[in-house]
Amino acid sequence: MTDIIVVTSGKGGVGKTTTSASLAVGLAKRDKKVAVIDFDVGLRNLDLIMGCERRVVYDFVNVINAECTLKQALIKDKRYDNLFVLAASQTRDKDALTREGVESVLNGLREEGFDYVICDSPAGIEKGAALAMYFADRAVVVVNPEVSSVRDSDRILGLLASKTRRAELGNGPVEQHLLLTRYNPNRVESGDMMSIADVKEILGIEVVGVIPESEGVLAASNAGIPVILDEESNAGHAYDDAVARLLGESRPLRFIDAQKKGLFSRIFRS
Amino acid sequence: MGIFDFLRARPKNTANVAKERLRIIVAQERAQRGSPDYLPTLRREILEVIKKYVNVDPDAVLINVERDGDHEVLELSVALPEKGAAVVGEN
Repeated sequence: MTDIIVVTSGKGGVGKTTTSASLAVGLAKRDKKVAVIDFDVGLRNLDLIMGCERRVVYDFVNVINAECTLKQALIKDKRYDNLFVLAASQTRDKDALTREGVESVLNGLREEGFDYVICDSPAGIEKGAALAMYFADRAVVVVNPEVSSVRDSDRILGLLASKTRRAELGNGPVEQHLLLTRYNPNRVESGDMMSIADVKEILGIEVVGVIPESEGVLAASNAGIPVILDEESNAGHAYDDAVARLLGESRPLRFIDAQKKGLFSRIFRS
Repeated sequence: MGIFDFLRARPKNTANVAKERLRIIVAQERAQRGSPDYLPTLRREILEVIKKYVNVDPDAVLINVERDGDHEVLELSVALPEKGAAVVGEN
């Protein structure tokens, strides 16, 4: 059985690609055969975050147009033999992705015995985003604790419940998971940022992970090494927890409490 | 809380403001989900007609489609201004 997971959000810049890369690596680390697909046609970036940008020869659209085989287009990760990246095309043709084309690629991955396919959705609700979610069994909805991100995510939840194959065939809903990113416990404590409970209450879905705001995330994308591989970073550990939860393990949330301030900063509030 | 805190303006709890605003807009948008696309235009046009006779606020016209079993009901509610408020054309 191939589990198809879409990583989506509506709003841009909330951490979809960072999340896709880390979830894919986390699953591969647990010996799952994983493919991660960039659906952002025209704005390819997953290859950079995964650190394989110089090894892209063929892309998603090449496979759909039968200009190469699926095997030729799958870029094998240098760290894990069981992890593959399918890059987005840089074409400006909006109609490059078709539902039939996406379905044939996903069927090809099923035949190749992949356990997980991670679909990295583009921002927005246009064709690329619609196709990234259409065939999904599960959705990881990436949300920043901020008004526009939460509102857009709710819109995405509505689309997941109506514009997916599962919804259309009545095969049961797409399982929805909330992943909060850029979470800053100190700002939550001081009342500047909505809490996990606030966001959960508004969106009404279960939390699969909370990724703290962390310097490690930028450093990881600078280096092309998904942040989950950074042993020093809290964000990396939080992603590892999220992967475990996706696989059914129960783990308590970490890095969600405000840091106690020292005497000096308590007096001067620096 | 530091001892010099009284020198600073206390910021409001903006997270609560965000949560309340979201709660309202998200509920409103969920209610509109799946309703016909012409509703916003219909609402605007109804508002224009009403404005010929009474001064109403743009948010005084509420329009909604309710599903009741097999049929749908178009709900329209207009909050008129309080008595004594100016009626268009009288002043």
